[in-house]
Amino acid sequence: MKVEDPRNLRSIGDSTSIRDIWDLPSSQIMKFSFSVRVWSKLDRARTGTLNLGTGKPLADTPCLLLTTRKGLPAFITPELLDEIYPAANLLQISPIHFLETPPTSLISGVGGIHLLVGLPEYGLAAFARDSLMCEANGQGTTKLGAAFETSGGRRLVGPSKYMELVNALKPDFWGSLPDEVPAWVSTKRNRMSVDRTLNWLDHCLSLHSVGAIFGTVVGGVDLELRMHSAQETAKRRVSGFSLGGFGLGESKEERAALLEVAIERLPAELPRHVSGLGMPEEVLEAVSAGCDILDSTYPHTLTTGGYAMTFPLSIQDEHDSEKLSIEECATLGSDSSKINLRSMSYRSDTSPLLKSCECHACCKYSRAYIHHLLNTHEMLAQTLLDIHNVTHYLRFFAAIREAISQNSFDQYKSWFVSRRR
Amino acid sequence: MTILCALKRAHLCTNSLGMALQFEILARYKRARAAKLTLPHFTCQTPLFMPVGTQGTVKGLTSSQLEDAGCQIVLGNTYHLALRPGADLLEQLGGLHHFMNWSRALLTDSGGFQMVSLLHLADITEAGVTFQSPVDGTSMLLTPEESIHIQNKIGADIIMALDDVVKTTITGPRIEEAMYRTLRWIDRCIAAHSRPSEQNLFGIVQGGLDPHLRDVCCQGLVDRNLPGYAIGGLAGGEDKDSFWRVVAQCTAQLPEDKPRYVMGVGFPLDIVVCSALGADMYDCVYPTRTARFGTALIPEGMLKLKNADMATDVRPLDASCSCMVCKRYTRAYLHTLVTREAMGSQLISYHNVAYMMKLNNDLHKSILEGCFPQFVQGFLRMQFPKGNVPLWVCNAMEVAGIDISMCLSPEVASS
Ligand SMILES: [Zn+2]
Ligand SMILES: [Zn+2]
Repeated sequence: MKVEDPRNLRSIGDSTSIRDIWDLPSSQIMKFSFSVRVWSKLDRARTGTLNLGTGKPLADTPCLLLTTRKGLPAFITPELLDEIYPAANLLQISPIHFLETPPTSLISGVGGIHLLVGLPEYGLAAFARDSLMCEANGQGTTKLGAAFETSGGRRLVGPSKYMELVNALKPDFWGSLPDEVPAWVSTKRNRMSVDRTLNWLDHCLSLHSVGAIFGTVVGGVDLELRMHSAQETAKRRVSGFSLGGFGLGESKEERAALLEVAIERLPAELPRHVSGLGMPEEVLEAVSAGCDILDSTYPHTLTTGGYAMTFPLSIQDEHDSEKLSIEECATLGSDSSKINLRSMSYRSDTSPLLKSCECHACCKYSRAYIHHLLNTHEMLAQTLLDIHNVTHYLRFFAAIREAISQNSFDQYKSWFVSRRR
Repeated sequence: MTILCALKRAHLCTNSLGMALQFEILARYKRARAAKLTLPHFTCQTPLFMPVGTQGTVKGLTSSQLEDAGCQIVLGNTYHLALRPGADLLEQLGGLHHFMNWSRALLTDSGGFQMVSLLHLADITEAGVTFQSPVDGTSMLLTPEESIHIQNKIGADIIMALDDVVKTTITGPRIEEAMYRTLRWIDRCIAAHSRPSEQNLFGIVQGGLDPHLRDVCCQGLVDRNLPGYAIGGLAGGEDKDSFWRVVAQCTAQLPEDKPRYVMGVGFPLDIVVCSALGADMYDCVYPTRTARFGTALIPEGMLKLKNADMATDVRPLDASCSCMVCKRYTRAYLHTLVTREAMGSQLISYHNVAYMMKLNNDLHKSILEGCFPQFVQGFLRMQFPKGNVPLWVCNAMEVAGIDISMCLSPEVASS
């Protein structure tokens, strides 16, 4: 893997007043690396550490990549993001968001995505797929490039354009451009997707200058094609793998088998990213199958719906949490995993969103206030809900890591799934 | 912290004869003053700008962000708060401070202005403001007593008397009627005020653009010995030369030892001029509203982030600003956000609020340090690099005793 000489970055970035963090001698620069600490005995789950290099966070895996819009979380400003604990220091960005503005020359001129979005100490990972703003569905994709539905209409992005964006953005790690297809396409189309994705990976590798590259594995719901895609991708000089094409219409049973055949054929020492499996049960399933890095639109979806996550994170936590009867749940528009702050019943509720939570929103604001903000269409509602939801989801990932470390992930998963049923 | 606040409050009550504030002028330059304004929840410095938090929140900003930006007083709109979440609920939940987790000072307006400007069917009689409920269409009446009653429940540090609001552009007997009614209503407000040792009732000077009516109103209010005075009925579309003359007249007539608040004023230039004429407090939705349309306030004036030339501009919004946004972002990146992402307007709002706070802090400091004229000159040179300072500003500065001749181009100076 090549690491950009930080002094080059600096000279490019000099024209801006944005602070730089590239003041270290090159001998101290560490590269991207991944190490597994504990392997689960009953399944493929594992916990480890993703080291993004000097000046960057060490991220324990399995970890959550936060979704962003044009590089920033939709509702959380950067200094509030800094305050979130467990640290919200890994963000997913989509190169597709930067197709139109700013120009790639400007992005590389200011020193890349980290400085552009004002998050120099964060780990930023670039993957093409993003279900928030633009969704690839395989339609319109040709041998020249993948089609994306963007706010500016359908855009075709080939490997050259994609690499121009990646090389300008300089993410810490990034996935090769995939041709992702939903579950219902023909075997012929699926085979084309596999071949094309491998071709594009080679093309990306030939143009790649910065960050660690993750080869994207596709194959839809076809086990043979999944195996083939994984085997071939594993032959390339990559730093990790991205499992593409999930959460696109496959059944739960198909998914487990597909993850298994692909992951079996990937080298165990390299990290695996998966996109599109963001619901809590899906996260547990993916982790159980051996995924290390996950993205999720779940916190965002709850936030925009006016919900706060309240599900217990551990068996101990469950005993301490509020018990709601079925009738209460129905009238509150809530259930045992989330509460609906739009409900009138929170109008005068002075308690925090979740008593056991220490996030900024829970420490400082009441349910009544957040209910009022939603009621009056004030954007602070989303900011506070998102701070809580992101915090809670990061705590969920911390609980998963803890369970794997304690060799009790299988029990944790069974407990979690049984109480949500 | 809480004990300190309680002690401070006790101190305020006993020392100022039923007034819940202290106003100490620290320095003057001619008519301009820099003061320390001690309120039950916060000790402020003037000149001071109050961002508007209509619904108990300033557009997307958390209370810690407001503190970081230097906000001292946030303004809440009584009309909106009384509708949602409701005055009784606010009282039950410990007041607006507690509800919105804001430990610094608050000011609420009377609700009258909002009604007259937002509701078509508002009608003013001697009893109060009659209006149709936006909830169920029934006819309702906001009396001076009811306005104060609601504001007592909301619990802001400064509450405003209900005044008879008329458009400044209107002339004739209606202006006179409104002024005298405002004076009659102030007595009803004073009588209804149930928390004078915790909340400061400000009277509002009305009288349109008529110097005689303004004079009568000032005199009438001063006789009531209120904790502070507002100059109302401005910023409503009147010409700028009339605007500053009313401010100058009122600031000259109002007592030296009480704060003076020019309502609804918020353009940076207006604030500089009013401060030179001896005003202390301002409020306006302008900094946050203009941010939503993609405009940032900078020393040079306005920066329209939507403009195409911003796409390649790698400078911060304002190189002299130390706010979070200016430390982190280029104009080019904000340009890409501003057209589509809510985060864009949130970041610009943050900067604009910080800019207004810094401007007022600079006014305070320059008066304190004896270099107020230099500050005004520097400000005008940045805003009008070609020397085309508007005539009304020149006229106002002459009355304020500040020489700005060096800021003017030869043509302006000679005309
Ligand atoms: Zn929380
Ligand atoms: Zn700024």
